[in-house]
Amino acid sequence: MSTSELGVADVYDKLDISGNIAFQLRGFTQNSMWKDQNTSDIESSISGEWEIRWQNNSNNQRVSFITFARWDENDKKRSHVDFREAYWAYQNEDVELLIGLNKVFWGVAESVHLIDIINQTDLVENINQEEKLGQPMIRLAFQEDYGLLSFYLLPYFRERTFSGPDGRFRSEAPINADNAKYQSSSKRKHLDFAIRYSHYFGDIDLGFYYFNGTNRDPRLSMGGVNSELLLNYDQIEQIGLDLQYTNSSWLWKLESFVRDGYADSIFAGVVGFEYTFYQVFDGIGDVGILFEYQHDDRSSVESITSADNDFFLGSRWTSNNMNDGSILAGFILDKKTSETFYSIEAKTRLKENFLLSLELKVATNSELGEPNFPQSRDDYLELQINHYF
Amino acid sequence: MNIHSDTPLKNILCMSLFLFLPHNSLYANADSEKGYNIAARSDRSDRGFSDSVVEMTMILRNSAGKQASRTLQFKTLEIPDESVGDKGLILFRTPKDIEGTALLSHAKILKSDDQWLYLPALKRVKRISSRNKSGPFVGSEFAFEDFTASELNKFSYKYLRKENCGKLICDVIERIPLYENSGYKKQISWVDNSIYQLRKIEFYDRKGSLLKELILLDYRVYDQKYWRPHKLKMNNIQTKKSSDLIYDAYKFNLGLTDSDFVKGRLTGLR
Repeated sequence: MSTSELGVADVYDKLDISGNIAFQLRGFTQNSMWKDQNTSDIESSISGEWEIRWQNNSNNQRVSFITFARWDENDKKRSHVDFREAYWAYQNEDVELLIGLNKVFWGVAESVHLIDIINQTDLVENINQEEKLGQPMIRLAFQEDYGLLSFYLLPYFRERTFSGPDGRFRSEAPINADNAKYQSSSKRKHLDFAIRYSHYFGDIDLGFYYFNGTNRDPRLSMGGVNSELLLNYDQIEQIGLDLQYTNSSWLWKLESFVRDGYADSIFAGVVGFEYTFYQVFDGIGDVGILFEYQHDDRSSVESITSADNDFFLGSRWTSNNMNDGSILAGFILDKKTSETFYSIEAKTRLKENFLLSLELKVATNSELGEPNFPQSRDDYLELQINHYF
Repeated sequence: MNIHSDTPLKNILCMSLFLFLPHNSLYANADSEKGYNIAARSDRSDRGFSDSVVEMTMILRNSAGKQASRTLQFKTLEIPDESVGDKGLILFRTPKDIEGTALLSHAKILKSDDQWLYLPALKRVKRISSRNKSGPFVGSEFAFEDFTASELNKFSYKYLRKENCGKLICDVIERIPLYENSGYKKQISWVDNSIYQLRKIEFYDRKGSLLKELILLDYRVYDQKYWRPHKLKMNNIQTKKSSDLIYDAYKFNLGLTDSDFVKGRLTGLR
C-alpha cells in the first residue's frame, strides 16, 4: 500500500511560498580608517529572501529555491544576489539523493564555526561568518542503524565575498576579488569531495569527515600593479571532528581539524561548554553561560585567523515567552595580543510577522599588525526589522 | 528498606525482587493499585495506533489579555514497549520567523529524553538538554512534560475518590511523577467512567501549591478505538496566563518508521 492511499497527501503542503524583507541600519561609532572608504557613519541596506518549496504527494521528492538579495547604500560589493538553495532531492527510508545548490552546516561550537567547510562564507553579510553562499553539490546520504553516512561531490567553487573599496571591514590595501589565484589548473571547476559520518551514542553526538578540495579560506598575498591584496585558493585535505556530550544542563563541545595544504599541517581546535540555568528570576527565561577556548597552530604564511589562542566567554538569555526574545552577549580575548572582540546579538518578535534585532560589535586593543587592526574603527550598532510573509 | 539489619544475601534478594516485580505490585495498598489500573485502562485504550500526525494551533494569552498564536505539526511514532517512550517530531509552521524549526524527541520513561533542535536559518542540528522538561514549551503554559507525560509508567498512582465531572462520573486519581526533573510535586487527574479518558488535570508545583489546571475537551474517536481530545485549555492559576491547544483531525497509521525520527532527517523535512 502506498503512503498516498493512506491519506498522507492531505497532511503536507504541496507548495509553500514564503520569504522576508528586511531593513537594516548600521551606525559606526568611528570614522572610517582607509582611503576611498565611504565617510558616512550610517549605512542603510535592504535585503530580501524569497523561498519556494515543493513536496510531492508521497513525500519522497522535494524541491527548494531560496533567493537572497541585498542592496547596500555605501558598498557596491555588499549589494549582491545569491541562490542560497536551488535543489531537487529524493529520499526513501534510508537513502537521500540531493542535486543542486544547498547549504550544509557541521559543528557544535558557538564562538567559531571551525570545521564547517562545505559552503563559502558570504562575508559581506556579517563578519560573524554565519551567512553562507549556496554550494553546488551532489549529495548521496545513507541513513543506517550505525549512523548517517554522506558523500558529497562539489563540482563548482564559490569565492568568498569581500567588502569593496567603499565598504567597511577591509584592510588598507583593497582586495582584488576579481582575479583570485587557484592552485588547481581547473580553478573553480575543480571537483571537490567530502565524506562525512555522524551519529549519536547515548549522550554523545559525534561527527567526522574527510574533505579534499579547494580551501574555502583564501590565503592573502600582496601583488598586482596597484599593490592589491590577492586571494589564493589552495588545494587542501582536511579531517574534521565534532563532538558533543550532553548531560543534564551541561553541553560539552569539541571541534577540531587537521589540514594539509599550502605549508605545514595545521591543527586547530575549539573546546568548551554551555551550562543553562532554567527558569531563573522567577521564571523569566533561561540563562546560559558559555565558555570556549580556541586554538590554531597555523603559521603566518597561511590564511589569517584570529581564533588562534583565544578565550570566549558569553551568556545567552532566552525569554521563553510569546515574543521569543533572546540575547547572546560575549567577548573573545586573544591571549597573546590582548585584542578583545565584544559582541551582543538580541532579537524579539514585535508582532506576528515582524522581528526586531539588534547587534553590537566592538573590537578593542588592536595594535598595528594584529589581525583585527584594519577593522578596529568599524565598531557598529545594527538595528534590523524583518517582515515575514 | 532498612539495609543495615539485613544480611547481604537478603539485600540482593530484595533488590532482585524489586527489579523483577511488575510495576503495579510495588504498591502494597489497594488505593495505589486501583489508581494504577484506572490509569492503565485509560492509557492502553489509546494505544496501538502505530503512528499519528496532527496539525495544531496554540493560542497564548498573558495576564493582560495579550494574545499570540503558533501553529505546529506533531508526528508521533508509537513504541509498543511501555518501558520505552514514544518518538516525537514537532515542526513549527508559524510564526513565520521560526517556520521550519523542528524538535525531535526520543522519550525515555524515567530518564531525560534525547532531544535535537533543528534551526533552519543556519541549517544547524543541535542536541539540546532535556533537563528543562518543566519550563514553558515555546512560551506557552504547557511544559514539555505535559505533552509526553501520559506515558503510564512515568507516575505512581493513588486512587482518591469518585465524583461527578460535568455530565459524567469520574475517578479522581493522584499521580506522582517518577521521572527526572519534573516540575511537579503531584498531579490530580479526573478520568471518566464512560470512555476512560482524562477530563481534567491539576498540576501542583514543587512546593505543593496549585500551579495549573488543564481541561481536556472535544473528545473524538478514530477507528472506533482511539480517543483524542481536540481542545486543551491550560490555566496558570499563579500567573493568570493561559494557553489553548486546538487540534485538527488526527491521521493514524501512516506507515511512519524509525527513520522518520532520526536526527539525520531533520535537514530534509520540507
